[in-house]
Parts: sequence; C-alpha cells; structure tokens
Amino acid sequence: MTDVALGTTPAPLPAPPPDGPLWPRLKVNRNWLGFWFMLPAAAFLILFLAYPLGLGVWLSFTDTRIGRSGAFIGLENYEWLWDDTVFWLSVFNTLLYTIVASAVKFAIGLYLALLLNENLPFKAMLRAIVLIPFIVPTVLSAIAFWWLFDSQFSIISWSLRQLGLISGNINFLGDVWNARWSVIFANIWRGVPFVAITLLAGLQTVSPSLYEAAIIDGASRWQIFRRITYPMLTPIIAVVMTFSVLFTFTDFQLIWVLTRGGPVNATQLMATLSYQRAILGGQLGEGAAIATAMIPFLLAAILISWFGLQRRKWQQGENNE
Amino acid sequence: MSESAITDRAVTDRLAAKLTRPDIKLPQATERSLAIDTPLDDHTQGMSYLERLPKRLVTLYLPLSMILLVLLFPFYWMALTAIKPDEQLLDLDRYSPFWTWNPTIKHIQKLLFETHYPLWLWNTMFVAVCATVLSIIASVLAAYAIVRLRYRGAQWVGGAIFLAYLVPPSILFIPLASVVFQYGLFDTPFALILTYPTILIPFSTWLLMGYFKTIPYELEECALIDGASRWQILVKVVLPLAIPGLISAFIFCFTLCWNEFIYALTFLSSTANKTVPVAIVNEFVDGDIYRWGSLMAGALVGSLPLVVLYAFFVEHYVSAMTGAVKE
Repeated sequence: MTDVALGTTPAPLPAPPPDGPLWPRLKVNRNWLGFWFMLPAAAFLILFLAYPLGLGVWLSFTDTRIGRSGAFIGLENYEWLWDDTVFWLSVFNTLLYTIVASAVKFAIGLYLALLLNENLPFKAMLRAIVLIPFIVPTVLSAIAFWWLFDSQFSIISWSLRQLGLISGNINFLGDVWNARWSVIFANIWRGVPFVAITLLAGLQTVSPSLYEAAIIDGASRWQIFRRITYPMLTPIIAVVMTFSVLFTFTDFQLIWVLTRGGPVNATQLMATLSYQRAILGGQLGEGAAIATAMIPFLLAAILISWFGLQRRKWQQGENNE
Repeated sequence: MSESAITDRAVTDRLAAKLTRPDIKLPQATERSLAIDTPLDDHTQGMSYLERLPKRLVTLYLPLSMILLVLLFPFYWMALTAIKPDEQLLDLDRYSPFWTWNPTIKHIQKLLFETHYPLWLWNTMFVAVCATVLSIIASVLAAYAIVRLRYRGAQWVGGAIFLAYLVPPSILFIPLASVVFQYGLFDTPFALILTYPTILIPFSTWLLMGYFKTIPYELEECALIDGASRWQILVKVVLPLAIPGLISAFIFCFTLCWNEFIYALTFLSSTANKTVPVAIVNEFVDGDIYRWGSLMAGALVGSLPLVVLYAFFVEHYVSAMTGAVKE
C-alpha cells in the first residue's frame, strides 16, 4: 500500500511565477499553501495536545492544587511517590494488567483471526458480529460486566453452582485476586475483536499460493503457521500490539466502572490513581507526576514492540518505512 | 483570483472527459473497502476440501462458536436484564434466568421519561457530531497538504501526527483540565468539542493520507494544467473520489467520541451537561437493589445508535480500523 504510493512520485509542479505581487505568489508557493492547509490541524494539536503535554510535565514539578496555582518544588512529588506504597502497588497492577491482558488478547485474537480466515459460511456476517464488543462504548459494556460480576446475583456464580462446581457465590470484585482477574477478563473481552479483525485483514493479504506450495511440500499446520503466516504478519502484529499495549496500559474507563481501584487498591492502575489524587483529591501536581511517570513505560513499550518485531523486516533488507 | 477565469464548470467538464477515457485508470479508493474479503475468496477454497467435516467441526466450528458465545453473552444479558420485570431479576431460582416470558418496557420507559436520559443522549450526539466535523475538516486539509502539496518537512509532520496518535488521554487529562479552566470552557460542551479533536485528528489524518495516496496524481495534474487552484482540486477532484475514506473516518471518529470517558468525566460537572457514559456511571448508580434494570436499559439504549450506524457501514468501519493500522 505505502510502497505503491511511494513509487508514484508526483511530477514537479509548474514553477510559480518568479515575480509579481506578494499575495498571488503566496497562493501558489507550495510551502505557504502547505502552511495554510496545516493550520487548523496544527492549531488543535498544539493548543490541546502539545501544550498540555508540556504543561503536565511542568505541573508534576509544582505543588499545584485545584483552585490554587502552585510553586516549583523540584522533584518533591516524585520523591513522595517513591516512598508511596500505593503508587508502587499501582505500578505493579498496571504492569500485570498490561502484560497478561495484552498477551492473552494477542493469543486469542490471532487464533480467532486464523479461524475467521478459514473458508466459512456467512464470513462477512461473522466478522461483523465479532467486532461488536469493540463498537459498544467501553463504559456501557463495563456496566454489563459489573452486573455479570455482581457478588450476589451473578449469573456466572449461579450457573457454576447449578453445575455443582462451586458451593457459594464467587466474590468477583470484592476479593483482591478475583478482582484483578475479573478486570483483566473484561479488558480481554473488549480488546480481542480489535486484534482479531486487524490481524485478519493482514492474513488476507498473504498470498494463498504460498500455502498451496507449502502443503504440496508436505508442511504440517504448525510449520505453515510458523514459517509462512507468522513472518508475513509480523509488521502488522507490531503495529496492532503497540496500540493494544498502549491502550491497555493507560486504561481508565473499565477500572473506574468496575472497581474504582478497589478493593484496597488491588486494581488501582496508574491512570485511576492519578485521577483519584488529582481530581478527587485536588492534588494536581501529584496526579500530574503519576501521569508523567507513565511516559517512560509507554516509550519503552512502544520501542520494544516496534523494534523487536520490526527487526525481521530489516534483516530481510527492506527499508524501514 | 486570476486562475478562476477558467470557470469551475470548465474544470469539471475536462475532468469528466478524462474520466471517460478508458486508458486512464480510475482510482482504487472506492474498491478498497471491498478488497478485504473479495479477491482471495476463490483461492482459499483451494485446499480446504481436503479436510473432512468432523475434523472441521472440532478444529473450527467448536472453538469459533465458543468465542462468539463469550463475546456476545454480555449483550444478551444486558438486553435481557433491560426487559425483565424487577422480581425476576434477583430471583434466579424461581424463574429461569436465561429467558423471560413476560417482558416489560418499564425500565426503558422510566429511563426516557423520568430521567434526563434524552438530554444526555442529545449532549453526546451534539458533542460527537461537532467534534467529528471539526476534526474531519482539519484532517482533510492536513492530509492533502502532507500527501500532495509535499511542502518542506511534510514527511516529518506526518510522523509527528502519528506520534500524536500515541499520546493517550490518561496522560493529558490533568493539564487539559487546567487549560480548559483557563480558557473558561469548564462544564460547557465546548470543553469536549475542542479537546476531542486531539484524539480524532491524528487518526483521521493518517487514514485520509492513505486514501489520498490512492488517487492518481494525473487527475490533479490535468486540473492544474486547466488552471484549477489547489482549493478547487481538493474540493472538486480529490474529495469526491475520497468519499469512502471520508465515511470511514467520520464513522470511526463518531464512535471514538461516543466512547470517550475520561475527558467528559473531568471537564463536566453539572448533570444537564453530561454525556451518556458519564451520566450512567454517576447518576444511575445508587444503593437501590433494583437499579440493574434501568442501568442495563441505559447501557443498551446508549449503545444502540452506534450499533445501528455500525450495521449500515460495517465495511467502512472495518476498512477504517485496518486502514489506519496498515499505513
């Protein structure tokens, strides 16, 4: 796709008239035109993205509270966080949540994509149905999970009891580890369709003649997957997993609806903790410090998934787009 | 405006003439959304006849239906809860929990006539449409400039926009809250209308760049030679050909707006201004043991607009999602 686009380098434009009044020249000059065309997008992104990003880092070095502008206090917020066990617990929770959920999402998503890539009746409809959990707003499906995970009237507990597998109700969101697995499950449920559908799109670009050649050569299913499917998919896996890890790491909505970080901070993620400290507690500076502390993790995640998975592409001598 | 001596009419006529010529290839953009499942269908059949039905049943249909069951069950449960009478909701042993013989619309009625729910729906819709339209306009201009004007540094700007897509709202909401407060936008719909584009513009610019690249440069050259300005080219040549891309970007942006939570939670405080996701979480959750019916009704009604939109534009939706990832 991109290669094709790069191949058709546009022919040079007719040279703008060298002299004449300023305004017509500005209208034709490519760089000026580019400037005007970029203006709306750039204005939004600078005012509401780049500036707040910088401001957030600055706030983390101040003791700003809601309704009171703060003074520069250096690294005090970070020193305070360093000794804060709740913060470290939230780091642990976030890492656990991200690693487990992303790994499972990848495994199930890839499996589902492979299944959907088979020759199936109603293929288009199946694909459409699979994507529904991704369409429905997270908060609304999280509320459905909240009801499914209810401590007394959970249909899951009821069904398991009827089957004779358990004797009492499962306290899904009230117990430390149960709560962690429950929110991870809800996150996986929400994320699998995205991974599956994007990987499916990648699978469909793999030429079937490769598979036919492999089958004729007597390759097993696993060999086909390992030697053809997986290598062909690596670039798209890199992108999909970068997004998946990024959005899982910074997740807020699901936790906020299901547990608000409880019980006893067992599901407190860095995002929910920073909301709690900054907006509910009013300590904007401290909340901003927690949010800023997420940035190195995010950069690391992006670099690992990007370079780790793209390496194969470089080895093959393709230029890194 | 010297070049507008050539009228718009003349430009479109010339173009029409070009388009009917068989040797000029028509842009692929319109076919792109279909390309996902059509071209390979014939071939994938090639070897699968070698597998017999029992094997396919175990390796394919069984796992597939289990995954689908898990993916869809929460929605079934949501819909069922929304129409169950209260006394059946909590009594799992006396009434079969998986079905109800006497559905009620009490919960939905209560939702629509006794709460601010219609207002919240309207707020969400208003914010989503405004933010999406603003973002699409800005993205069309930016994407066109990056792909076709190729001003100095366009490549870098394209990369920067991709990076902007990777900045998550959870990092930005605290400083944005103080920015919103400074600009005097706190607790107004404009707080959301102006901040949502930061999420939407990077995505839709990236998506539209891909679409614009598929439009043959020759078409634009013809228009340029005929004296069309860049603006005329964008509006009369490029945009009509990029309509599938525009629809994809629009739908995806709209869904993202509807789904957004943390900004709406932080920047809005009065009940009347809230959007559906925030309002349901904050206003419906009380100690009432019978709240589940109305909660599920609220979640169901709040999801319906998106699901309906999705049902009509599945292909655009899928191509938006995969297109943005593939570029």
